[in-house]
Amino acid sequence: MMDIKRRYVIPGDVIATGPLRPEQNVYQDGDKMISTCVGISEIFENSVKVIPLTGGYMPKANDLVIGKVIGTSPLSWEFDINSCFVGFLPAQDVFGRDYSPTKDELRQRLDIGDLVAVRIANFDRSRDPLLTVQDRDLGKIDSGELIEISPSKVPRLIGKRGSMIQTIEMATKAIITIGQNGWIVISCEDSEGLLKAVEAVKMIDALAHTPNLTERVKSMLGVVDGENNDTIND
Amino acid sequence: MVKTMTQLMTEDGIRCDGRRLDELRNISIKVGVLKNADGSAYIEFGKNKILAGVFGPRDVHPKHMANPDSGILRCRYHMSPFSVTERKNPAPSRREIEISKVIKEALQPSVILKDYPRTVIDVFIEVLQADGGSRCAALDAASVALADAGIPMRDLVSACAAGKVADRIVLDVNNEEDQEGQADMPVALMPNLGKVTLLQLDGMLKPEEFKTCMQTALVGCKRVYEIQRKALMEKYFQNGEQ
Repeated sequence: MMDIKRRYVIPGDVIATGPLRPEQNVYQDGDKMISTCVGISEIFENSVKVIPLTGGYMPKANDLVIGKVIGTSPLSWEFDINSCFVGFLPAQDVFGRDYSPTKDELRQRLDIGDLVAVRIANFDRSRDPLLTVQDRDLGKIDSGELIEISPSKVPRLIGKRGSMIQTIEMATKAIITIGQNGWIVISCEDSEGLLKAVEAVKMIDALAHTPNLTERVKSMLGVVDGENNDTIND
Repeated sequence: MVKTMTQLMTEDGIRCDGRRLDELRNISIKVGVLKNADGSAYIEFGKNKILAGVFGPRDVHPKHMANPDSGILRCRYHMSPFSVTERKNPAPSRREIEISKVIKEALQPSVILKDYPRTVIDVFIEVLQADGGSRCAALDAASVALADAGIPMRDLVSACAAGKVADRIVLDVNNEEDQEGQADMPVALMPNLGKVTLLQLDGMLKPEEFKTCMQTALVGCKRVYEIQRKALMEKYFQNGEQ
């Protein structure tokens, strides 16, 4: 196991000095590694990173996000993906290669206001993110409860190797779709399970930086400890 | 002239509001006070009461302002009509436009904008009550609000003024001292990087006086930084310094 040192940092804090590689939210000034945001710093063997506790969503290729249709153009849909950039879903992605703007009506498939699980196919600095629905588990979301949490807390909600989300799903029998952009859809046949799952997600959003979170969530959900013994101190 | 000087400071160096030469006014900062803003802060700097809200990164309007290589920073410093004793016209005055500009330029070196091309980060600063040194206080609040919004920054920006009152160099000039004193010098500093991002001087100082004044202001900035740091720690870690 690698030795990981954690510390609470704010912008400008020197996390470490020496020949290290700056990763996310770290900037290098000479041989100093400086945090660029409020968060928890982690020093690995040869790299440094800061897990942010605040901030919006920055699109990344291959992320699964939940988007809301905000408009259409003749060849594509425009999506609000809870980011400073608007996502584009080309019409051909849904209708196939023989899509013709004169023949097909975009609004019949996805109308304004619809929620859709999409994957970011491509994103770089020069263009807005390109989306796709060509994958398993992607496409229009018909039912469920939409919850917004801070995008920086999504990794905590998922937990190590999905431990946290599995705990919630098993305890409440809910199906939870997590968008990396902080939008989460929870659907559950049992209304009580739905309420509990919603409460658990909100609790993680509020207490994301505290230790022993998995334990607290478990006790809130009334899960008896034993079978799910994943690491809790992440 | 002699009369005002005796009013501004006693012979043993106690100032008109009872402070010593190198004493700051009481400062308190609260982080995340506005729900609808992406980041916000409220500062009480002596009798100054200032709110700062940050929005963004978000789409730029008007579109022609957008920069395809990097984000842009916009800043608006505004004084409420009730912030001063005589009603202030709410339209932006020459002074407010200037302060907006200098605050923007003081924040710019710290904010890492190149990660957000074609977007804008808006900083709104509202002075609810003014009492001298409001540009420094506004800058302190804006910098904390930017950190609260999760905008990547090289360092916080801490600002504090120093000046010359009754022939002596003092820290953190208040309204009376600003009006009657001989010089007022606001300084902003990125404390960890040791870089100055704002330096203005209203009045006249001798070269040696300037050096002392600068040193005094930098010490003040570092003290302000500790308060900013504490405010952020309180919000995010319930003050649990590890």
